[in-house]
Amino acid sequence: MTPVCELSALQPERGVAALLPDGSQVAVFLTHDGTVHALGNVDPFSGAAVLSRGIVGDRGGVPVVVSPIYKQAFELSTGKCLDEPGTAVPVHPVRVADGVVQVGSP
Amino acid sequence: MTRTLVVIGHGMVGHRLVEALRERDVTGQWHVVVFAEESRPAYDRVALSSYVDSWNPDALALPPHDERVELRLGDPVREIDRERRVVRTASGVERSYDALVLATGSVPFVPPVPGRDLPGCHVYRTIEDLDGIRATVEAAHDPAKRQGRRAGMVLGGGLLGLEAANALRGMGISPHVVELGPRLMPLQVDEGGAGLLRRLVEKLDLTVHTGTSASSIERDGDRLIAKLSNGTELDLDVVVFSAGIRPRDELARAAGLAVGERGGVLVDDACRTSDEHVYAIGECANLGGMVYGLVAPGYSMAEVVADRLLGGAAVFPGADLSTKLKLLGVDVASFGDAHAKQEGALEVVVNDAVAGTYAKVVVSDDAKTLLGGILVGDASKYPVLRPLVGRAVPGDPVALIGPAGGVELSLPHDAQVCSCHAVTKQRIVDVVDSGDAVDVPSIKACTKAGTGCGSCVPMLKKLLAECGVEQSKALCEHFDHSRAELFEIVRSTGITTFSELISRHGRGRGCDLCKPAVASILASLENGHVLAGEQAALQDTNDHFLANIQRNGTYSVVPRIPGGEITPDKLIVIGEVARDFGLYTKITGGQRIDLFGATVDQLPRIWKRLVDAGFESGHAYGKALRTVKSCVGTTWCRYGVQDSVGLAVELELRYRGLRSPHKLKSAVSGCARECAEARGKDFGVIATENGWNLYVGGNGGFTPRHADLLASDVDTETLIKLIDRFLMFYIRTADRLQRTSAWIEAMEGGLDHLRAVIVDDSLGICADLEAAMAKHVDSYADEWRGVLEDPEKLARFTTFVNAPGTPDPTISFREERGQKVPVLLGIPEVAK
Ligand code: SRM
Ligand SMILES: Cc1cc2nc3c(=O)[nH]c(=O)nc-3n(C[C@H](O)[C@H](O)[C@H](O)COP(=O)(O)OP(=O)(O)OC[C@H]3O[C@@H](n4cnc5c(N)ncnc54)[C@H](O)[C@@H]3O)c2cc1C
Ligand code: SF4
Ligand code: FES
Repeated sequence: MTPVCELSALQPERGVAALLPDGSQVAVFLTHDGTVHALGNVDPFSGAAVLSRGIVGDRGGVPVVVSPIYKQAFELSTGKCLDEPGTAVPVHPVRVADGVVQVGSP
Repeated sequence: MTRTLVVIGHGMVGHRLVEALRERDVTGQWHVVVFAEESRPAYDRVALSSYVDSWNPDALALPPHDERVELRLGDPVREIDRERRVVRTASGVERSYDALVLATGSVPFVPPVPGRDLPGCHVYRTIEDLDGIRATVEAAHDPAKRQGRRAGMVLGGGLLGLEAANALRGMGISPHVVELGPRLMPLQVDEGGAGLLRRLVEKLDLTVHTGTSASSIERDGDRLIAKLSNGTELDLDVVVFSAGIRPRDELARAAGLAVGERGGVLVDDACRTSDEHVYAIGECANLGGMVYGLVAPGYSMAEVVADRLLGGAAVFPGADLSTKLKLLGVDVASFGDAHAKQEGALEVVVNDAVAGTYAKVVVSDDAKTLLGGILVGDASKYPVLRPLVGRAVPGDPVALIGPAGGVELSLPHDAQVCSCHAVTKQRIVDVVDSGDAVDVPSIKACTKAGTGCGSCVPMLKKLLAECGVEQSKALCEHFDHSRAELFEIVRSTGITTFSELISRHGRGRGCDLCKPAVASILASLENGHVLAGEQAALQDTNDHFLANIQRNGTYSVVPRIPGGEITPDKLIVIGEVARDFGLYTKITGGQRIDLFGATVDQLPRIWKRLVDAGFESGHAYGKALRTVKSCVGTTWCRYGVQDSVGLAVELELRYRGLRSPHKLKSAVSGCARECAEARGKDFGVIATENGWNLYVGGNGGFTPRHADLLASDVDTETLIKLIDRFLMFYIRTADRLQRTSAWIEAMEGGLDHLRAVIVDDSLGICADLEAAMAKHVDSYADEWRGVLEDPEKLARFTTFVNAPGTPDPTISFREERGQKVPVLLGIPEVAK
């Protein structure tokens, strides 16, 4: 698990990107109920590392992030793309210890 | 065996005949040859007046026929040899026919006024006529020729005369309408209605002369002087005759076919002439002693003949002579027995001089059956009342036109809803119930209803609702409200956060549709910086980083360059910034400069340099004012008549930062040559010698549309007031991502309604709209400066929270034509 930032650095319903030791990137989100999620940051449809900059909300009650490039929605808890079944981004394990957010490998 | 049908004339009715025949003649019994005098295929003559909005003939085009129709343009038929069943054309072509249809329409009647053939005198019937009027008017606008107001005379105060007058007005000419009868629109409107109509059109800068006619027209240098029989003398630039029409029956007469006493080829109720192989339809036909000057009866005749040619037994169903004037911003409608000619007919009138409306219904002597009516000033009840003609009046007739909004009327199923295309309520209900139509556009496609004069469209909407088809206006799954409703909710409740709005008026946590829309509403209502507090989380990535995201995740930077005017020093700063940060540089289509390839953490540093040099955000990323383009105007251009650059700069500075339902673009041209392409903009301004013409609702992009003229020859102060109102009204009432063009098109009453609201203040909201704009102007602050001055906002501009300053390893560039461009990564393998 890699510590990435203080929990207080996260704004509810907005993401940040973090760099992992292996050079890969995660998008870390805080939802309004205080849950932290971490998904691969690379948008599979454009190849750009931008998922952390998408809008966070819900589709039929399911928390999602919407890619800022072509607007597909990804489920925060599973990484599954709701608009293009069969496509998904990696889900990273995440935990908060002593107010610090830590992210593992998918 | 294939037979040959020759059609003479390709006007609206000839076109309709061919279309109807081709649709139904599935076995190809008929080979169709059309000879047309005009050099272009049939076009929408009913909408001819709208040609002056765009001068684009394609906008009037009717659907083309298939390849099995031989259309010979610009070659009129000169002779019909009924013995041999052959027609001969001007170019000498001979064609034999098995059946012949005359669809030669009519010509404008020009009264025998001395001087009527002088240059500058026109009729109003074809696209070429309007081009001719335009050429006369343009010559009159030459400043060398004349100072002061340009004036024109329209001879004839009927429906067409008023349309022509309005077209002249659109060209910057003050029209005089001269009508021989005692009132305007004598055929359709009674005295009470005409009195109000006159007052309304006089407010629009029309001068009305009734009970008189022109006795002579003379040329005086470049001017035309018209003397009226009442002694008035008019000094004019242009004259338009619109004093009625005469059926074109000359071919028929020469061929010995029977014609009516007052003209028109005599036909029976199968539209057959005195020769069984020859039919006549449309305005050249005389059926039952009537020559109809409207398109709907012509269409009915076309349908009858198509049916007969295929062996059917259709007969002319009778005509509905209802009319609705669709111009001038003044509603006039007349339907059924408008003048109460029927024995014992009773009239019920509601004449509201204060509101400027006149309404009359005519009912049978027992007050049980609706016979007709007249509406002036407000014709909103027309689509409901017209189909009820000849049917039982539900309750008290006064209630039909009463101020309380009238009774809720439900139409019988066989009532004709669209009179242009003879579509009944039953037919509409059928296509909706079968699921073939789900909204107004699909009803139009299935039935043609609503594609003629358009006056039945409100009724189509009502029928959809009656059939239980909900025209959902919900913004998204989280809000049942439309954007306009949410705007009103936010405005009246004073709610300032998305959380509060969604918990009180919506459900769930929001999404990429409602969050930016609400962010935009909050911003329009001046709730501080777009990245302040919770608002930051609502923004699209573009607004979140105040820059436009590019395909590789980098951003572009567009500083505002008001009006496209820039000093060499500022140009140099942009060049230096681009060089120092290694940015790809391009001149945009909006007269400014775009710098591409900036990473998130470079953005504040780039903007620090730009802001220090006096630049501001250009809002290329926002649903907000983009640019106000300008041409060089009077300062340099030898043709310019006003300072277009000065105005463009003023407008861009006034409206910068204004958040709206979609992006807003504008332009100012210094003269009618229109080098700034102002009519392709949401609001465009073109200089005239007397001030400015304001155009609204223009658009490039996906569905290009030329802007409509909203006001002409206004001074700068009035212009700005009108734009203030226009923009605020748009911001308050448009749907999410609806450009001004689509907004106006979807508006009930369209441009006329818009003009009533923001020019004539019909809703009494103009002061409020202006105050809202004043608030925007006073509270404007540059968004980028706001970021640079606030460490908390600045903190967001980091690529990685855990490794500030480390570049994103997925971004790389290569060089092309001497500048860097993104290297696109292969799309990664994705987990399934
Ligand atoms: C940069 C520029 C092209 C250029 O290199 O010239 C451009 C670039 C973009 N245009 Fe444009 N448009 C640019 C002028 C235009 C024009 C011409 C004009 O404004 O005179 C038009 C047609 C006029 C119009 O809008 O009516 C135009 C019609 C569009 C449309 C279609 C709008 C429509 O109503 O159909 C879009 C899509 C949208 O907004 O939804 C669009 C969207 C875009 C976006 C924002 C697409 C996107 O979301 O990434 C592009 C990103 C710009 C960037 O990253 O900086 N752009 N775009 C021009 C910037 C002008 C400026 O200085 O602000
Ligand atoms: C400005 C304007 C506004 C109008 N507004 C309305 C309205 O709101 N509602 C409404 O119902 N009606 C309206 N009308 C009337 C409507 O346009 C006509 O009723 C309709 O166009 C008649 O169609 P038509 O085919 O009979 O005649 P036309 O459209 O006149 O077509 C006849 C064609 O035949 C051609 N032709 C003539 N002789 C020959 C020949 N020998 N050989 C070959 N071709 C020949 C002519 O050049 C012409 O192109 C309006 C008309 C005008 C001018
Ligand atoms: S629009 Fe007119 S004033 Fe402006 S540059 Fe063109 S010609 Fe000159
Ligand atoms: S009544 Fe004219 S389009 Fe329907």
